[in-house]
Amino acid sequence: MTKTIVVTSGKGGVGKTTTSASIATGLAKRGFKTVVIDFDVGLRNLDLIMGCERRVVYDLVNLVNQEASLHQTLIKDKRIENLYILPASQTRDKDALTIEGVARVIHKLKKSDFDYIICDSPAGIEKGAKMALYFADEAIVTTNPEVSSVRDSDRILGILQSESKRSKMNEEPVKEHLLITRYNPARVKDGQMLSVDDIVDLLAIPLLGIIPESPSVLDCSNAGKPVILDEESEAGQAYSDAIDRLLGEAKPHRFMDAPKKGLLARLFG
Amino acid sequence: MGIFSFFKTGKEDQSASIAKDRLQVLIAHERTGRSGPDYLPMLKQDILDVIKKYVAVGDDALSVQLESQDNCDVLELNITLPEDAESDEESAESARRRAMERRQAANAT
Ligand SMILES: Nc1ncnc2c1ncn2[C@@H]1O[C@H](COP(=O)(O)OP(=O)(O)OP(=O)(O)O)[C@@H](O)[C@H]1O
Ligand SMILES: [Mg+2]
Repeated sequence: MTKTIVVTSGKGGVGKTTTSASIATGLAKRGFKTVVIDFDVGLRNLDLIMGCERRVVYDLVNLVNQEASLHQTLIKDKRIENLYILPASQTRDKDALTIEGVARVIHKLKKSDFDYIICDSPAGIEKGAKMALYFADEAIVTTNPEVSSVRDSDRILGILQSESKRSKMNEEPVKEHLLITRYNPARVKDGQMLSVDDIVDLLAIPLLGIIPESPSVLDCSNAGKPVILDEESEAGQAYSDAIDRLLGEAKPHRFMDAPKKGLLARLFG
Repeated sequence: MGIFSFFKTGKEDQSASIAKDRLQVLIAHERTGRSGPDYLPMLKQDILDVIKKYVAVGDDALSVQLESQDNCDVLELNITLPEDAESDEESAESARRRAMERRQAANAT
């Protein structure tokens, strides 16, 4: 059974693409045949984060328009077995995707025995974001500890509950997961940033993980490598924990607390 | 954190709790808007059209909220009238005249 998971947020720049790349890579590393689809038509970025930008020939719009086959369009990852990337188109035509067209693509992927389809949503609550979440069985709602991001996440939850295929067909609702990214425990401790508890309270959905703000995210995107492959980094480890929880393992949350500072660091830090 | 902030309790700057309070109100508000009955948008439009017969207001002048309290639903209407609604004699005058004409027309039938 193929599972389709959308990574969504409403607000832009919160870490959807970073998350999609790492979740897809993590699942493939655990042996699941996984494809990650970039739904950000006109603003292709996932290819850069995955480090396959020079291998893009065809894209999602070509596939939807039946100008290329699935085999021609999918890019096989060079590092991880079982991992494929389906890049977005750079066309300016935002209407290039249709529900029927995307349905055909999802159907083909299911027939090709994929275990997971990860959909990297564009920002916003318009057509593109709705297209990305329409076919989802599960949703990873990516949220930063910041007012506008939390509000937008709540709006996206409303859309998942009323405009996804599952809601329209009266099926079991989309399973929702909260992923808090760019978390800065030191600022939470100082009362300047919403805490994990605050956000869980407000959004009232189960917590999949907490990804700390980490310089390795930028390093990895510079290098075209999903941060989950940087096993030394906190962000990489936090994504890895999130995969375990996604697969049903109960794991305590890490990276919630600020590192304890010594007296000197507190005086002069 | 430097030498001065070390001596502070570190609790003065609780902007996060302000953020949480604001979000709590806002999200509750927006959720009721979402879960309201489907006639709500049409009802809102009709009320707005009625207001527009009398006062020149924009489409954002009316906010409609349906809130559930215990065992009854409360429909809350908020109408923002333009600052110069009263002072703009001419439009107020013509609005009154039109209202009057309508009432007379209605009485005539
Ligand atoms: N945990 C993190 N620590 C530090 N920086 C991060 C983290 N997560 C994401 N970023 C940075 O935030 C920026 C936005 O990330 P990303 O592109 O993944 O967001 P997005 O939600 O996909 O954006 P868009 O809405 O534009 O598609 C990038 O510069 C990325 O490096
Ligand atoms: Mg993105």
